[in-house]
Amino acid sequence: MADPMRIRANMQGDKVVVRVLMSHEMETGQRKDSSGNLVPAHFIQSVTATHNGKTVLSAEWGPAVSKNPFLQFQFTGGKPGDKIQITWVDNKGDKRSDEAAIGS
Amino acid sequence: METAVSRRSVIKAGGAASVLGLFVAAGLVKPGVAYAQASWNKDAFAAKSVADVVKALGGAQPAKTTDVSWGSTPEIAENGAVVPINITSRIPNTQSIAVLIEKNPSTLAAKFDFPGGTEAAVSTRVKMGQSSDVHALIKTADGKYFIATREVKVTLGGCGG
Repeated sequence: MADPMRIRANMQGDKVVVRVLMSHEMETGQRKDSSGNLVPAHFIQSVTATHNGKTVLSAEWGPAVSKNPFLQFQFTGGKPGDKIQITWVDNKGDKRSDEAAIGS
Repeated sequence: METAVSRRSVIKAGGAASVLGLFVAAGLVKPGVAYAQASWNKDAFAAKSVADVVKALGGAQPAKTTDVSWGSTPEIAENGAVVPINITSRIPNTQSIAVLIEKNPSTLAAKFDFPGGTEAAVSTRVKMGQSSDVHALIKTADGKYFIATREVKVTLGGCGG
């Protein structure tokens, strides 16, 4: 299935800055392959980020988000060592979850 | 005759239910996934104009605002397949930010929801088919909508591949 995400979470002052790089085709459904057939859409539809089990960001995406999507956000109330979990679900029902600990 | 009809409909009804049950059992229809996709706002992502997206999201006419900083969002993007978008809302109680690209096949690119404690700021990368106005549609906790606009010129479209 899909490759693991790369998640970096670091403290900046009292904020936790989370950067995520996901591995996904993000096919728009508008493109044609070399024989002229439409390539079916295949893209991440929903993304959820949790901190120690509490949702800190949720997102709905369309196919206009770039291939191998990048996401950065920040929240308060975290401390080094806390767990950040990111989950995505795509339009074919595939999903992937990865976890990282907040660095200092 | 009547018995035959009712027997037929009973078989049909029973058959449909057990087929669905089999799908669930075989993992073809995952209840959890079905829920996740139901929450995805299909109408909003199919909308072709800013007004339609706002309507599909259930909002009223958004007020123009300049309380949004675009951070590292470029004015001229060299590659339409990867346009960095960085939006920070300074509007108090911002609940969600949607990224709208006017001239893309579907206007709505992404929508982010911020629970309490999360800053109303997000960075991501989007595809743009051509130079276009990019809008940040902001919803506050009291249900008001605001919109900020920035023009991004694209020198190489993102639909090629």
